[in-house]
Amino acid sequence: MYIDPKVVSFIDEHFIPVRIHVREQPELWKTVGERFGVQWTPTILVVDSGGTERQRIEGFLPVEDFLAQLTIGLAKSAFANGRFAEAEKLFQAVVERYPDGEAAPEAMYWAGVSRYKGSGNAGALAETARGFRERYQQSSWAKKASVWAR
Amino acid sequence: MAEKEIRWRHDSDAAFADGKAQARHVLLDFSAAPM
Repeated sequence: MYIDPKVVSFIDEHFIPVRIHVREQPELWKTVGERFGVQWTPTILVVDSGGTERQRIEGFLPVEDFLAQLTIGLAKSAFANGRFAEAEKLFQAVVERYPDGEAAPEAMYWAGVSRYKGSGNAGALAETARGFRERYQQSSWAKKASVWAR
Repeated sequence: MAEKEIRWRHDSDAAFADGKAQARHVLLDFSAAPM
């Protein structure tokens, strides 16, 4: 996945990329790996500028799913820092760019939560629940959102 | 023209410090792939 030009560009734009090799860097593997509770390779973490993990990917993913997970990491970071409009935009981008990927239902759920948190309008949650009647009906996220339906 | 590649860093402490100073996220890849 790291040789795909889309992945290279995305990482270059958004991240400082750091690789810790399990055999070549055993000390770092031990110290940094223990700090983040890493037990398997590959494990890829999106860590915000404060050092907090915002997303974890364990195992290889196809390019589109990988990009979706990285975008969710950035969205969760924005959400955690109270930048709800930015978070909503990023979550929504996952739904629009990767609608058939596994991350889409989760992103749709959190886009709705971000819209609610940013506006204070509970209608955003009801609208999200209605959206799940149209797509991703079998996902766990649809079930979670169902309590918002009016 | 050479293809663009990810410029991996291997100095995690310095990278975290740079991330904090530059308000950038760090992508931390724990790998067993050939370096």
